[in-house]
Amino acid sequence: MAQIDNENTVKTKEQSTATKIKRLLFDHSVPVLFIIICLIGVYFSELPAVFIVNTLLTRITRNSFMVLALVLPVIAGLGLNFGLVIGAMAGQFGILIVTHFKIGGFPGFLLCLLLSTPFAVIFGLLTARLLNRTKGQEMISSMIAGFFANGVYQFILLFLVGTLIPIKNPDLVLTRGIGIKNTIDLTTEYGLKYSVDGVFKYPLFYILAGVGVLAGLVVIIDYIIKSKKAPEQIDKFKYITRMVISGVILGVSLWVIKSGSMLNSVKLPVATAVMITILWVCNVLVMKTKLGQDFRTVGHNMDIAKVSGVNVDKTRTIAMVISTVLAAWGQVIFLQNIGTMSTYGSHVQIATFAIASILLGGASVTKATSGQAILGVILFHTLFIVSPKAGNNLFGDAQIGEFFRAFVSYGVIGVALGLHAWNKRVQALRRQLDV
Amino acid sequence: MNKVVKKIGLPRLIITLMFISICIAAVVLELPLGMLTSDVIRRFGMFGVLALAMVPSIQCGTGPNFALPIGIICGLLGSLIAIELGLTSKVLGYGFISSILISLPLAVLTGWAYGLLLNKIKGSEMLVATYTGFSIVSFMQIGWVTLPFRHPEMIWPIGKGLRVTISLDSTFGEILNRFWRFEIGSVYVPTGLLLFFLGCCAAVWLFSRSKSGIEMYTAGANPKFAASSGIDVDKNRIIGTILSTVIGAVGIIVYSLSFGYLQLYLAPLYMAFPAVAAVLIGGASTRKVKISHVLIGTFLFQGMLTVAVPVANQMFPEGNLSEVLRQIVQNGIILYALTKVGGEA
Repeated sequence: MAQIDNENTVKTKEQSTATKIKRLLFDHSVPVLFIIICLIGVYFSELPAVFIVNTLLTRITRNSFMVLALVLPVIAGLGLNFGLVIGAMAGQFGILIVTHFKIGGFPGFLLCLLLSTPFAVIFGLLTARLLNRTKGQEMISSMIAGFFANGVYQFILLFLVGTLIPIKNPDLVLTRGIGIKNTIDLTTEYGLKYSVDGVFKYPLFYILAGVGVLAGLVVIIDYIIKSKKAPEQIDKFKYITRMVISGVILGVSLWVIKSGSMLNSVKLPVATAVMITILWVCNVLVMKTKLGQDFRTVGHNMDIAKVSGVNVDKTRTIAMVISTVLAAWGQVIFLQNIGTMSTYGSHVQIATFAIASILLGGASVTKATSGQAILGVILFHTLFIVSPKAGNNLFGDAQIGEFFRAFVSYGVIGVALGLHAWNKRVQALRRQLDV
Repeated sequence: MNKVVKKIGLPRLIITLMFISICIAAVVLELPLGMLTSDVIRRFGMFGVLALAMVPSIQCGTGPNFALPIGIICGLLGSLIAIELGLTSKVLGYGFISSILISLPLAVLTGWAYGLLLNKIKGSEMLVATYTGFSIVSFMQIGWVTLPFRHPEMIWPIGKGLRVTISLDSTFGEILNRFWRFEIGSVYVPTGLLLFFLGCCAAVWLFSRSKSGIEMYTAGANPKFAASSGIDVDKNRIIGTILSTVIGAVGIIVYSLSFGYLQLYLAPLYMAFPAVAAVLIGGASTRKVKISHVLIGTFLFQGMLTVAVPVANQMFPEGNLSEVLRQIVQNGIILYALTKVGGEA
């Protein structure tokens, strides 16, 4: 009997690996679909690998911080934070001040973060107040709030500067003496361009090889510790996938280094990458604290949270403020890479692109992780890079590729929101039937 | 005092005061009042039908129709097809009537499909609607490039696809404005345009008095009560959505006609927001609306914006103060309305 039992369990375990792979693919159908679309796009764009990797790396380091800012509000049940736009405005205020006082380089960057924080905190508090009054409609409210704030932002910078706010700097102010210029050049001697990216650069694939080795070691050590503690609770499948992933990273980077191809010239801006990694780790760690548990409880069910003594409004406010501050910092990182700030345009599309990215990574309105954010950034920007060229090669018109990516960014948000709303409704109906 | 404010409604009061003060500023600055008045009247008629599209959607319970671009795209397609096929004889209103006739089936079909979608996502209509509108507009960008239109006035002379703006001078541009037009002093009254707008309002008003109109209103105002008294709520929501889409299609045709151009590509992207803001300013909420709200709201909002342009230009010659003002007012009003919904959904 014992033998048979043993065999049975082995069988179910074998099956479960197969079903797990199936489930993995099913649960992550959105990223899988877009990985395929991206690969097709890469193939048809016929762009050289160095170009794609290089541009992609720039775009990843430029945008990831902003997308990571989306994670906390989702967990706290506020949905996708379209109010990133408002945070980005705070970041741009910071940049304007730093540019005005001509403080450039890395100190300028740090000062910029410091200066934009109080703005972002105030904006975050105001947005949170609004969202606490519009529970259940947070996303549309934060979106319209973004539009509204954009109007106020333009009013301040176009009409109050030079009249109420005495700034005379000819680098910033339009020739008529009122209003900030449309584009602010950050490439000057005192500019912020590459103030973080330029701190320390190192060939990407050497770093990746190191990361691969490190990740592999961590997985092995983790496995050994866990297997000593409670061997029967181990999810072997998880460890195998993790090992495979770190192995692949190591293998590919070693192969690139050995082959001596052009790809070795691709360099990673280490300081920016470190900042992104720190934020990623913080996002993970905060969930292990009391505050993180509160976020999760409030996000799951506000009524239950209230009954169990969590201050719902306060928790939501904290999530919103953090997200807004991170968005401000993210915008500074974004613009120090771009090198020119379009005063009235740089922030407008930020939220749409960030949200489309995280959704492509497999997040939903109620669930998001930092890993999904990064994967989403990679996918979204691959699509961004290859689609005009692929559109040109496939349809003979680069415009079609560009329109396609615009459609994807709006469409993926639309579909995700629609599915979420549908799901919410189905669940509500089920609950009604149960009662 | 509080009672009066409550009766008029805070948004309406604020906008009225702004409108009046801007008008006073215009008088003080000695701007040509005759021209301004004509402009206000023209813009009132031009935007009115688009704002009217909000009425059936709010009445049937789906909230303000942020997916107005769906109707707009249908209207644009209708006009394009009418011009392409050369249906621009005098009997067909130089293309005006044929445009509406062609866009009607399109709008009914897409409105029906969109209504089905809205029934699946009750409670989140506004957000999903906004992004449905955005998606359709960005999808149709591909359409404008690839659709097989050949008319030389509509496509780029070199390259592929339709132009960004298509002049209606040779077809139905301004035909309603010129119809029975007259002038009082220097004020120019586009009688046809106003009559058409008021006619549309009357039609919607008559519909809301009819049996199916009252049914739809009940379904929207109190779905549970409606369901228990044997009204098919979902069906009525679809009817409301179809009506709203159709009016949106007609609305953009009237708008383009009075404007003189068809605007393609990204132009329709944000067109729903001014229309929503207009009815909200008129005194509507996301659940209640009357025809009078459309009339008052469109007049106040568009009137204020029209007068604000020259006034703002006098005060700040550069920079687009009136456009900034529009953004603040329009989105502020929508936000205000959203806080009033407050967790009901």
